[in-house]
Amino acid sequence: MSDVQAIAAELQSRFSLPEGALKVQRATRLWIETDKELFPQVFDHLVKGMGFSILCTITGLDLGADLGFIYHLAKDGGIMANLKTRCPKDGSIKTITPWFPGADIYERELVDLLGARIEGLGPGVRYPLPEDWPEGDHPLLKDWKPKTAPTLEKGTQANE
Amino acid sequence: MSDERVVTVPIGPQHPALKEPESFMVDLRGEKIDAVRMRFGYNHRGIEKGCEQRSYTQDLYLVERVCGICSYAHSTAFVQAVEEIAGLELPRRAVYIRTIIAELERVHSHLLWLGVAGHEIGFDTLLMYTWRDREQVMILLARLTGNRVNYGMNTLGGVRRDIAPEMIPEILKVVDSLEERVKYYINLATSEQTVIQRLSGVGKLTREDALSLGTVGPTARASGVDRDTRRDDPYLAYRDVSFKVITDTHCDVYGRTVVRLGELLESFSIVRQLIKNIPDGPIAIKAPRRIPEGEAVSRYEAPRGEDVHYVRGNGSEKPERVKVRAPTLANTQSVSKMLEDGYLADLPIVIAAIDPCFSCTDRMVSLRENDGNEGRTMSWEEVSRYGVEWHKARGIDFSRVRIPGGAGA
Repeated sequence: MSDVQAIAAELQSRFSLPEGALKVQRATRLWIETDKELFPQVFDHLVKGMGFSILCTITGLDLGADLGFIYHLAKDGGIMANLKTRCPKDGSIKTITPWFPGADIYERELVDLLGARIEGLGPGVRYPLPEDWPEGDHPLLKDWKPKTAPTLEKGTQANE
Repeated sequence: MSDERVVTVPIGPQHPALKEPESFMVDLRGEKIDAVRMRFGYNHRGIEKGCEQRSYTQDLYLVERVCGICSYAHSTAFVQAVEEIAGLELPRRAVYIRTIIAELERVHSHLLWLGVAGHEIGFDTLLMYTWRDREQVMILLARLTGNRVNYGMNTLGGVRRDIAPEMIPEILKVVDSLEERVKYYINLATSEQTVIQRLSGVGKLTREDALSLGTVGPTARASGVDRDTRRDDPYLAYRDVSFKVITDTHCDVYGRTVVRLGELLESFSIVRQLIKNIPDGPIAIKAPRRIPEGEAVSRYEAPRGEDVHYVRGNGSEKPERVKVRAPTLANTQSVSKMLEDGYLADLPIVIAAIDPCFSCTDRMVSLRENDGNEGRTMSWEEVSRYGVEWHKARGIDFSRVRIPGGAGA
């Protein structure tokens, strides 16, 4: 059994994940799917119990009624565990800043671009949208359209 | 004077000490930095959203413009993810060519950084020397790919241009020449007391902080973090070459300098090994326009640290989602820690020492002779000669200047 398969087997036995929740893509790529209730336990075990101490980034997805989140974790030696979870668009997920203080900026990106609600994310400046960006306007949502497209009247200079 | 008042100095988003728009609100007690609050996002261009609205082939050119310096890193990180979803097995020659371009890009990026670092500490002779030397690899990259940055080399399933046999001696000549120059810079950095004392103890970042803040690349390796994606999660042809991962335990700007200089020597060695063993054969295979449903995440050790690209395909010609994590975003988290309890005067070099990314794509123009008509596109040699003549006409004496590989020597 390879290293990545051994990791998958341990996760399966510890958390009794449903069929299809674990996928070994190749020797250094593992995909794990979990509901948001179980997510903190699986995440904690990956980080503290299995040595996935590198947070590469967090990907946010517009999945229709839900928002999807992929936490790209890696460990020394090269194996990457991509932990997926989801919540309704009007729901919320918990911050991972207690494990990774540097995750702050990745979570703020999810808030700005997808409208994610993240419990426990402390106060701070937004990223990456400007301070005067309209409330509730999240550009990475699939149905997003610019509310005010920049227009110039004929003959008007852009710097006027 | 024991003045304990805190004064807040705004630096940026537009400021002479910064090469890119970023905002640092610096709380000072006298000359010492008490705390720093940062604000980024001024350069956000919506490239991820743009990728969802374009085909995979168009996206290749769009993601190459995430960065003006490590453009090839983003192009390759993206294309690797798409090729994994599509199940494409690339010809080995294409993989080797990609790796050669990747390492030449690291060389030009690290030499650029060394010049910037010299400038930020008032050592402009170092800037002039390193950027003069860097021209050798820029000219080489232009000859190999057609451009100094944003090479347009990658295509789904391989590369768009082969390396001609007559280019091999040129590559090796540039590698030999730059290796000699880098050895000179290593000697300078490790023996010149003004450099050592100016950089030592500045911008401290402990190994523990580097780890907890997710620092990557040379910035992390200079704090003793022994990580390099080329070795840890090999891609391209890195399994076929031997190289050392350079680390240092100074945990300051001096250590970041030592690491990047050491990495340059490793890059020269990697390029030589690749040139020696590059296989014959095709440089690309046919790739489908429609990429199947699926997802992949690609890791790439760019000059500044790890690039991460996530791509999700939906069976169409356009991706469902593209996510890009550039190394600077990971490293900015550590900047406020590096600045804490330091001096305001050190702020420019501390920020520069993470090698934040700034665009230098101004060569992406078609230079045409001004002959009064439509003109014709000038060759690289003609552009070089034109530049020399332009400066000569304005009184610059070139008699003692050697322009590597260029006209007007």
